[in-house]
Amino acid sequence: MNFSEVFKQSNQLCKVSPNGKYLATCVQYRLVVRDVSTLQILQLYTCLDQISHMEWSSDSLFVLCAMYKRGLVQVWSLEQPDWHCKIDEGSIGLVSSRWSPDGRHILNTTEFHLRVTVWSLRTKAVSYIKYPKACQKGIDFSRDGCYLALAERRDCKDYISVFVCDDWHLLRHFETETQDLAGLEWSPNGCVLAVWDSCLEYKVLLYSLDGRLLSTYSAYEWSLGVKTVSWSPSSQFLAIGSYDEKVRILNHITWRKIVQFEHPATIDNTKATVYKEVERRPAVPSDELLLHNITMGSTLFNTQSKYEICELPVQIPLVKPEPDRANPKIGVSVLAFSSDSRYLATKNDNMATAVWVWDVQKMSLEAVLEQTSAVRCFQWDPQHPRLALCTGNSKLYLWSPGGCVSVQVPAEGGFQVQSLMWHCSGNSLILLGKEQLCLCYMETEQEEQ
Amino acid sequence: MSEQWTTETSMDNDEISRISHVTMSPSRQNNLTSVYSFPLSKSSYNIISAFCTEDNVSHCIIYISQELDSLGLATCIEASSPGGAGLNAVPALNAMYELLQIHRRTMCTLEELEKEHLKNLSSLQHMQMTNSRLKDQLELSIREKSRLHETERQLQLKIKTLQSCLKTEKDEVQKLQNIVASRASQYSHDAKRKEREAAKLKERLSQLLVDRKDKKLAIDMLNCLGRSDGKRSLWRNAKATASHEGEMYKSLLCGYEASQKALVLENAELKKVLQQMKKEMIHILSPRKPSAIGATADEEQVDSDGEEKTGNSSRETLDQSCEHAREQLINSIRQEWRKLKSHVEKLDNQASQAQTQMECNKEMIPLETHEDEMERMRSEVQQCKEFIHAQQQLLQQQFNTSFDDETAALLNGCYTLEEKERLKEEWRLFEEQKRNFEKERKNFTEAAIRLGREKRAFEEDRAAWLKNHFLNMTPFADRRRWCSSDGQSALSIKSEPDVRMSAVKTPKAKSSTYATFSTPKPSRSATAPSTADLYRTLRLIPESRHSSRGSWQESSPVEDGETRVKSKRVLRCDDLSIFTFGEDDGLT
Repeated sequence: MNFSEVFKQSNQLCKVSPNGKYLATCVQYRLVVRDVSTLQILQLYTCLDQISHMEWSSDSLFVLCAMYKRGLVQVWSLEQPDWHCKIDEGSIGLVSSRWSPDGRHILNTTEFHLRVTVWSLRTKAVSYIKYPKACQKGIDFSRDGCYLALAERRDCKDYISVFVCDDWHLLRHFETETQDLAGLEWSPNGCVLAVWDSCLEYKVLLYSLDGRLLSTYSAYEWSLGVKTVSWSPSSQFLAIGSYDEKVRILNHITWRKIVQFEHPATIDNTKATVYKEVERRPAVPSDELLLHNITMGSTLFNTQSKYEICELPVQIPLVKPEPDRANPKIGVSVLAFSSDSRYLATKNDNMATAVWVWDVQKMSLEAVLEQTSAVRCFQWDPQHPRLALCTGNSKLYLWSPGGCVSVQVPAEGGFQVQSLMWHCSGNSLILLGKEQLCLCYMETEQEEQ
Repeated sequence: MSEQWTTETSMDNDEISRISHVTMSPSRQNNLTSVYSFPLSKSSYNIISAFCTEDNVSHCIIYISQELDSLGLATCIEASSPGGAGLNAVPALNAMYELLQIHRRTMCTLEELEKEHLKNLSSLQHMQMTNSRLKDQLELSIREKSRLHETERQLQLKIKTLQSCLKTEKDEVQKLQNIVASRASQYSHDAKRKEREAAKLKERLSQLLVDRKDKKLAIDMLNCLGRSDGKRSLWRNAKATASHEGEMYKSLLCGYEASQKALVLENAELKKVLQQMKKEMIHILSPRKPSAIGATADEEQVDSDGEEKTGNSSRETLDQSCEHAREQLINSIRQEWRKLKSHVEKLDNQASQAQTQMECNKEMIPLETHEDEMERMRSEVQQCKEFIHAQQQLLQQQFNTSFDDETAALLNGCYTLEEKERLKEEWRLFEEQKRNFEKERKNFTEAAIRLGREKRAFEEDRAAWLKNHFLNMTPFADRRRWCSSDGQSALSIKSEPDVRMSAVKTPKAKSSTYATFSTPKPSRSATAPSTADLYRTLRLIPESRHSSRGSWQESSPVEDGETRVKSKRVLRCDDLSIFTFGEDDGLT
């Protein structure tokens, strides 16, 4: 495992182009595009204000930089550095900006969710979509880029509009059986749209592309409901994480629950492996070394850690949520299927230090990673069943079916990993600190040979 | 005489009644017995009767005869001699003998009665105790009952209050639910109202913003871009919308087709698996049952038929409609399952039979284990016995040593009252047995002593008689010889029942001592050595016995005790003779 040198970044804005060739980072006003393999700067663009959002177009030719405070969007072309495009939303404001899947349109959501403006870079044409709903995930493009599902709110009722992305033709518009729609998500094959209600009611609805209601699922009533929903990449399973600290998995044929994964505080499942991160402070060095270290400004205060396999049963540290606060810190808030749909990683909010990995094939708990501090972010390798996670310290943690490893990021000045993302090839990881980033290269088989 | 006896016994009874308080030395008991025996032998010679003198012999005879008559005995004691003062010796002696017999009988009955009385007393005491205990228990239980009644009453009260509470709570809940419902409706209403307002505001805002927005484009772009796929953009018209619909349905159809294909594939896979499973099952199951040939053959036939059928059906199913295929599949699976179940049941039966056979065999086999088990149990029994023995010893010790508060407390702690009672009962039984033994031993002792005495007396008598005979060869000599010979015979007769009587007499004293003394040791040490000694002297027991006895008692007080007893006995003997004398006085 190798690490690159550290680069500056701001607002954790750092994206790899969809084709995997370029790395775009934002540093205050500037947008820097580098070659991923050499990390040499290819282009450098200067925006009008501090960039608050940045996104690659699907063809990896353009980069969108949004400045929400100014209501501005600037688009840069990689092939034609002279080409420029500036979209000004003016006084109506801007809260969100994104590319359409074709890379020729930009969808801007105005303040107060008054409307969604669709700007065409082909014709300079502008179209508006009214009544978008302000919710957890009110807008989603299908994986193939053909359709856009948009949650709307009119007359105190929830509607969904399905647009054809090609020409923004409204394909379907239907009312949903929700009290307060919280989110929607296309299945990876683009045939089914999962819609869930707000946390006040456990309700998941499944709509076909043509607006037919395929199924409704509700696990319980009178309690806080769905927290998050995630499709498996194979579209076979729909995982629903809820406030009752359980994950329920629905199948794609009957849309009934096949299994439910619980997150007990005491793990006594003998089939599961519990990895516990154990910290070890390095031996106190002598004075000379200490001086040396201080001058070097190195990792004196960094502790080493390793994983130990715990004897069952294991008690996972619990944090009791405050019952009189809104959005209690309890329940499964993050769900992620591995790229091969074989594993599911979950995080229960009142067990912030633990990541649970479930085997979807065996429908059982595979492993639990108990960290010393709260887990910030985890992501599956897009190519292999490999999970990377970070906890806001200077270490990177990796889990694979073979085992678990903790790696110290050897950057100077205490690089604290706040977030991470995989390169689409699965060969490298981009680690984001507060103001820095660095690349972590996995050892490929060729290198080993 | 009889009156005298009755007084004696009454005194004795008094003593018995005071058993629990008075300690009675065994020597005194001995003396008591000697009271009854000695006067008969001695008084006839040594004491001058005040009742009968030379002058009133005839009167006496008459009086005696009358008395005897009144007692219903033969009364021919008057001599037919003309002197009138003669005594017909034979009937007189007979009468005397009979009187003695009567006396002895009465004594026996008396003893028995006394014993009975004692027993009754003790049982009475026991009854009283049990009665008092039962009373206590009754009182306790009554109290318990009243307590329980009270608690029940309280509980019922509690239940009532709780029920009322429940009712109020239910009402409360109902009220709260109503409130919640009303609040919810109100909230939703408010929310809707607010949302409408917000929507209106949004509308207004957008209108304002849009209206104010000038016509100039907000997009500033160097040049327009072409499509990413290089195609030209299409006109937006009805054809386009239709094509969109078509596209959508196409994609939907594609999705369904893909899923159906996947399902069909899966189905085929599953069928294959089923087929394989079936084959393997047949393969596994059929060779394992060579015993049930006919049935198996049939079954196999059926199996193969089924297989063929299902095989055909599975081949067909791909062509046939899904519904039909499913039905057939389910049918075949059910059939298979039934077959498998019946087969497994059969196997189970066989297995159970085999097991029973095995068990039968097993019963023959484990002689060794059986023996081992027996040995183990024996050792366990032995252990238990030892344990019980140790416990008994401990108990004995505790009973022997005086009860101080501590031990009592300990006992209370250790045993329940009932157990203690039971043990006491057992102890009493044991004591009684012991007493019996002591009694017998005592009898022997007494008999031996008496024999010795009598022998001595006899010797003396003989010496006296010889002296008399030798010194005064008087015409009286004849008569004297008569008397002496009579006395001798009487003595010889008397010795036996006397022994019996004393045998009855002694245990009483003993029992009293045991009942009163918690520690029987000192009394035993006082009596036992003498008996042992006597046995030894009488050669009733061998020498070795004495040595073994020695372990029971301290050696020095033994001798002392013996001598003391002897001297005391002599003293008492005199006392009693005087006493009898007094009694006679009283009679006359």
